[in-house]
Amino acid sequence: MNGTLDVILRLVAVLVVFLVLPLVVGQTEHKVMAHMQGRLGPMYAGGFHGWAQLVADGVKFAQKEDVVPAGADRRIFQLAPAVSLLPYLLVLIAIPVGPNGFVGQAIDAGLFFVLAVMGVGVLGSLMAGWASANKFSLLGALRTAAQLMAYELPMLLAAGSVAMAAGTVSLPGIVQAFHWWWIPWQIVGGLVFFTAGLAELQRPPFDMPVADSEIIFGAYTEYTGLRFALFLLAEYAGIVVLCALTTVLFLGGWHGPLSGSLGWLWTLVKTALLAFVVIWLRVSYPRLREDQLQKLAWTVLIPLALAQIALTGIVKVVIS
Amino acid sequence: MATVASADAVGGVRGAVDAHLAAGYFHAYSVVGLVAVVGVLFVAVAFAAGHLLRPVAPTREKMLTYECGVDPVGEGWAQTQIRYYVYSFLYVIFAVDAIYLFPWATVFAAPGFGGTTLVEMFVFIGFLAVGLLYAWKKGVLEWT
Repeated sequence: MNGTLDVILRLVAVLVVFLVLPLVVGQTEHKVMAHMQGRLGPMYAGGFHGWAQLVADGVKFAQKEDVVPAGADRRIFQLAPAVSLLPYLLVLIAIPVGPNGFVGQAIDAGLFFVLAVMGVGVLGSLMAGWASANKFSLLGALRTAAQLMAYELPMLLAAGSVAMAAGTVSLPGIVQAFHWWWIPWQIVGGLVFFTAGLAELQRPPFDMPVADSEIIFGAYTEYTGLRFALFLLAEYAGIVVLCALTTVLFLGGWHGPLSGSLGWLWTLVKTALLAFVVIWLRVSYPRLREDQLQKLAWTVLIPLALAQIALTGIVKVVIS
Repeated sequence: MATVASADAVGGVRGAVDAHLAAGYFHAYSVVGLVAVVGVLFVAVAFAAGHLLRPVAPTREKMLTYECGVDPVGEGWAQTQIRYYVYSFLYVIFAVDAIYLFPWATVFAAPGFGGTTLVEMFVFIGFLAVGLLYAWKKGVLEWT
């Protein structure tokens, strides 16, 4: 009975985190962008500092008509937002927050599981783009797929380097094995992982698949109301997951002063800082061109990741 | 006789450990399965609530594909030249290679391997690098 209650609590906790943290990131993005770019819009709703903007957005999305174009592949079109959203919920359960088993569910092959499941979200964009029966959406979807293919590999290799350093693919195990000097040792891998993750999330400067000045809004052009909101939620959940994973793999997760009692706070703080960087990059970098984007992955990130693996291997064998 | 008994005992212990591992494995992934169920329920509830909350007022113009704001011309499911076709093969090859990295990564520094695994690693990286250079040379990684 106790076990059942325990599992139910974990499920509820994961769902709450999944619904709250992405919204916090979204709200922060409104405010940070408003400050950095002098935008007035997000600072208006509700009076003080535009606190009600997110609520207003939510109300708008919930009461908008759900238009499915007559030419679209109806079922696929309607299911696509769910397919792109749910993988991030699944990933959240495996991310360790604090020491001594403070994790939704420790999975032995956690790193493997997380990387595999994160890739599924792209199917949602592909489904959306194809089912929309819209030329620009199709282009956007194909760009999404191409982007995944280019950036999944450096991400895998960089994550593999951490697995080599820790000698395990369990996420709590990796954080357990962490020492501070891993940060300089794995920094190249960390940068590659974070950059590749940004590209997989289609965040600027890697937002070719939704480039509004070329292909309207890519795969999401035809979506309205709630289904569109779910795509947005998927993007923000993706930011949370990517930042948390980077924290766990490269920044030592819960390690920090007083990690015994405040470990969870360290994980959250590091994740939040990375999320801020994600937003910051959005306001400060111009979008890459499609071919530049591919070139960056294949000719810069992959060689860097391979070099990191060589470095990790040599150091690890020398010290052990 | 005594050795047989102790071997049996060891076998029994190992069996118990295996059963324990398997139970942990199935427990972990059944929780993951439950998370998936929770997720599907969440989406179902959201869609149902949305269905109740939103207006439905379709018109012929509204049901047209939006595309770029101008009335669409021709079919949406156009045949496009997928230039990434060659390199999607490239990706598959590399990804399959990368998968083999993970099991190796967990044991390569275990005592007794040392230099041997390092040589293996450089062979592995060498293969990937040569493959990448070949693709580069062949112009697969040029798009302009």
